[in-house]
Amino acid sequence: MAQSAKPKWTELAPGAAIVEPASARQNRTGDWRSQRPVWEHEKCIRCGVCVAFCPEGCVHFGQQQEGLPSADLEYCKGCGICAHECPTACISMVEEEE
Amino acid sequence: MEKRIGLETSIAVAEAVGLCDADVVAAYPITPQTHIVEHLSELVADGKLEAAFVPVESEHSAMSVCCGTAATGARTFTATSSQGLALMHEIVFIASAMRLPIVMTVANRALSAPISIWNDHSDIMAERDVGWVQIFAENAQEALDLTIWAFRLAEDRRVSLPVMVNFDGFILTHTIEPVLMPDREMVQAFLPPFQPLQRLDVDNPITMGPVGIPDIYPETRYAHQQVLAAAYGPITETLEEFARHFGRSYYPVETYRADDAEILLVTMGALGQTAMEVVDARRRRGEKVGLVRLRLWRPFPFAALARVLDGARVVGVIDRAVSVGGPVGPVASEIKAAGYGASRQPPIMNFIVGLGGRDVPTDDFELMFDRLGQVAAGGRVGEPVFVGLRE
Ligand code: SF4
Ligand code: SF4
Repeated sequence: MAQSAKPKWTELAPGAAIVEPASARQNRTGDWRSQRPVWEHEKCIRCGVCVAFCPEGCVHFGQQQEGLPSADLEYCKGCGICAHECPTACISMVEEEE
Repeated sequence: MEKRIGLETSIAVAEAVGLCDADVVAAYPITPQTHIVEHLSELVADGKLEAAFVPVESEHSAMSVCCGTAATGARTFTATSSQGLALMHEIVFIASAMRLPIVMTVANRALSAPISIWNDHSDIMAERDVGWVQIFAENAQEALDLTIWAFRLAEDRRVSLPVMVNFDGFILTHTIEPVLMPDREMVQAFLPPFQPLQRLDVDNPITMGPVGIPDIYPETRYAHQQVLAAAYGPITETLEEFARHFGRSYYPVETYRADDAEILLVTMGALGQTAMEVVDARRRRGEKVGLVRLRLWRPFPFAALARVLDGARVVGVIDRAVSVGGPVGPVASEIKAAGYGASRQPPIMNFIVGLGGRDVPTDDFELMFDRLGQVAAGGRVGEPVFVGLRE
C-alpha cells in the first residue's frame, strides 16, 4: 500500500469493511519480493504454463512485448513458481538489489 | 397499552424479542437460558413471530449465524449462558469488531470446573473485553425493558454495536414476577425498523471482516475503542427516550439512599434487590449506608461512578466472580483502577459472594456492612473477603 493511501482511524469504514469492490488492486503488494523472474524470451514457446501457475495471477502475455509473457512486478511475490514450472527453463530468478 | 401479568423472566424476555419483531433467532439451549430459546421457537412455530429460527449445533455456530444474518441487515437475537458463552467467545469478538448490532441475553452462570449450572458472574467477566455494550438487569421488568432497549441502542447508527443484556441465572430466569408487558404499537413507536449502517448486498458488494494487515489493524482497534466509548451518549439518550415511551427510567449507574451515605456498597445484578432491604433496615437504625447499583458494565461509566462514590468514607464492592491470580474481583479491580490517581479515593473493600449459586441471604449483607463500618472507623481494608466461606 502506498504511504499516502494509508487511512487514519477516522477514515475507516465501520468494522474496517472494504466498501469499494476490487480495491485490493490498489494494494501494491509486490514490495515483499526478494527475487524477481527474468525471461529469456528467445527460448519461450508461448505455452502459457507460467500464466497458469502463477499463484498471484500476475503473469500475462503482451504486458511488455506483444505475444510474450512477463510478470507485473507491482504484484509479483518472487515465489519462483513460474521459473520452476516453465518447460523450457526460460525464466530465471534474480536477486532484488535494493 | 401495557398489560400487568405474571410471567417467568425468561418468557418475558422471549416475548420482548417477539414484540421487537426479530428476523432471526439462532441459539443453542443451555441451562438456565433454555426457556428463552424454547419460548422463541414456540412463537415462531405458532406463527406469532415471523422469524427464521436457526437451531444450530453449538453456541459457536449460533454466534456465527448471528454475524451472517446481522450483516445482511436482519434484526438478530441470541441467548446463552456460561459454557455456551465461553464456546461462543471467538465469534463474540468478531461480532463487535464488525459492528454488527446483535442482541444477546446472557443468563449469568458459573463456569466449570467443578460443573455448576448455578448463578454467578464468571461467564460474563471472561467477556469483559469483547467490545460489546454490556448491561445488567435486576428483575423481570428490567430484563424485559432492557431487551427492547437493547435493539434500539444496537441499531442506533451512531453505535451499530452488539449489546449483551445480563441477568442472573435461576434467580431471575426461573422466577415468576409481575411485569408490565407493552403492546406491539408501543414497541414499534420506540423501535424503528432496522436500517443498517452497511450490509451485504449483491448489488452493492462490500467485504465485511477482511484481513487487517499490520498497516491497518491498530487503527481498527482504536476505532472500535472510540465507538464503544462514544456509545455512552447514545446509551443515556436512548434510556431517556425509553423512559418517555414506557415511563420507566434506567441509568448507567443507579443509587439507593446514597446521597448522604458514608458507607456505600456497589452491586451488579439481582443482588441489588436484597441489598436495598438491608440498607432500609440499617437506615432505620440511623446508619448512613447506601447502595450503588452498577447497571452498565461496558462502556464502563467512569464519570457517573466517580460522582456517586465521591464523598463516601468507605466503599464496598461486591464481585460475583474471582479473578484468579489477580488482586481483587473484576468489578472491584475496575473501580479501583478508575479512581487511581484521583485527588482522593475512598478505601475500597472487595467482597466475593454468591459463587456458583451459593445463596446470599440478608445476613451476608449485614456482615459486609459491619466490615465496612470497621473500615470507616479506621480499620484495615485487607484482602478480598469471601463471604460465607468455610475456613
Ligand atoms: S515469481 Fe511467483 S508471483 Fe512472480 S510471476 Fe513468477 S509465479 Fe508469479
Ligand atoms: S512457461 Fe515458459 S515457455 Fe511457457 S509461456 Fe511461460 S515462459 Fe514461455
